[in-house]
Amino acid sequence: MTENYYSKEIECASPETIRAIQDEKLVKQVRHVWDRVPYYRAKMQEKGLTPDDIRSRDDLYKLPFLSKADLRECYPYGLLGAPLKDCVRIQSTSGTTGKRVVAFYTQHDVDLWEECCARAIMATGGTNEDVCQVSYGYGLFTGGPGLNGGSHKVGCLTVPTSSGNTERQIMFIMDLSATILCCTPSYAAYLGESMKAKGLTPDQIPLKVGIFGAEAWSEEMRHSIEATLGIKAYDIYGLTEISGPGVAFECSEQNGMHINEDHFIAEVIDPDTGEVLPDGTDGELVFTCLDKEAFPLLRYRTRDITSLSHEKCSCGRTFVKMSRPKGRTDDMLIIRGVNVFPSQIETVLLNSGYPANYQILVDRVNNTDTLDVQVEMTPEMFTDNLGEVATRQRQLESGLQSMLGIRAAVHLVAPQTIARSEGKAVRVIDKRKI
Amino acid sequence: MSVKQISIFLENKPGTLNKMTDVLADASIDMRALSLAETKDFGIVRIIVDDVIVALSTLKAAGFVCSLTPVVVCAIPDEPGGLNRILKVLTEADVNLEYMYAFLGGKDADHAYMIFRVDDEDKASAALVARKFRVVEQEEISEL
Repeated sequence: MTENYYSKEIECASPETIRAIQDEKLVKQVRHVWDRVPYYRAKMQEKGLTPDDIRSRDDLYKLPFLSKADLRECYPYGLLGAPLKDCVRIQSTSGTTGKRVVAFYTQHDVDLWEECCARAIMATGGTNEDVCQVSYGYGLFTGGPGLNGGSHKVGCLTVPTSSGNTERQIMFIMDLSATILCCTPSYAAYLGESMKAKGLTPDQIPLKVGIFGAEAWSEEMRHSIEATLGIKAYDIYGLTEISGPGVAFECSEQNGMHINEDHFIAEVIDPDTGEVLPDGTDGELVFTCLDKEAFPLLRYRTRDITSLSHEKCSCGRTFVKMSRPKGRTDDMLIIRGVNVFPSQIETVLLNSGYPANYQILVDRVNNTDTLDVQVEMTPEMFTDNLGEVATRQRQLESGLQSMLGIRAAVHLVAPQTIARSEGKAVRVIDKRKI
Repeated sequence: MSVKQISIFLENKPGTLNKMTDVLADASIDMRALSLAETKDFGIVRIIVDDVIVALSTLKAAGFVCSLTPVVVCAIPDEPGGLNRILKVLTEADVNLEYMYAFLGGKDADHAYMIFRVDDEDKASAALVARKFRVVEQEEISEL
């Protein structure tokens, strides 16, 4: 078996070694955050904590959580852990006003992140002989820049196509014999279908490996993409708040993602009580950054639901594995790789004269996410003219498309038909079986 | 001179029309005419009833979205060419027709009743009356 490691000593270190690294880095990091981030210091003080109370990772549970709400409150500089003059980059998540997260990076942070991506690429068998096409978006989104940096570190010939322009994507894959493809799984599925439509068989497609993340996908989808493109498809996990893709990555086993434990401590908690849960139990994933400088989040609640496993992995890595996230605890939806917030849909409805009585139905048909918005009819929006009601329905659809960037189908429903619990409508029904 | 039609929003799925007729039956409403227009997702039911006020308030109380629409109801002899003659009048009066439907079998077996949704009820009614057609008033609906 080939040696598919970027940093073997760390990735395959004994649990004791990992533990020692985490203990040491955590103590330092808590001190760093205490000194640099008054917002978090205040949170610690509220709990009667000082850095002296955190002597090893056994003390991690004492630390206060950070959530997306904290990030909003601290926007943009409130959680900055390094002087701005030392920062070299920001990345930002897509979202509506007030929901945007801006994460800062020093050069050290960028290197750390890119190293995580390099580990992910090498874990799939990638080497400096590969041609790595990065079809994630470049820009504020972390997908493109992260994998681009990782690809450089591995020494692949990097093809920074960014997202979109399927014809050009296919041209580069074929003409430059790309062997590694990095993009969202839904885009990979789409590329596969497009190549198939051009009469390209898996044998003719030079790709060997796909590294797909940034949205939820299923095992069935994996198999389907693997068959159409003739590749092995690997999952990758990350989030802007923690750094970006590469926080965790899949190995040859393809059954869970190894978390880069020398940089991040993962915990799974009960989202209601905050209590830490044992291995194998589903709960909310929480990350603590161990050595990030500019955006050093401690105990950040990701809202992703997953479980952890310390079982021995045949790939040789000792890093804990997380299962593929089963969903999110909050209301953000990732549909066809695009972040969609119910609040955006609400805005369009209100602007178009409809009330905020709606329900969002997300499903997956033939590996493509579908978005349906049910809207309750009101006396104000009703006329006896069928054509006019239908026209308003279409106007609403185009309003949603320009707000969300993806197509949504509007269905007008009778008043009071949308299920309400505790007086509040259930806004989102996600039927995707991931 | 117009009659009030009740227009009701219905989702296009099993049982919705029946739910509406349940409500009307419980309120002892007698429907004189009914027409249905639908898309894939929803439909609009238009009805002429004997008691508009009771029907409308009952439907609203039951949670239906509905509205009142003025329509012109015209009696025509139930014989070949009857509708054709009326439409000619409307064409000559330059009245635009949005939709129409009919009902037969009122107490007067020799006549059919056409219901017209037009852009100008007054103009349409006046043109029809001038040509000696019988235009039905709201009060007459319960007698039909």
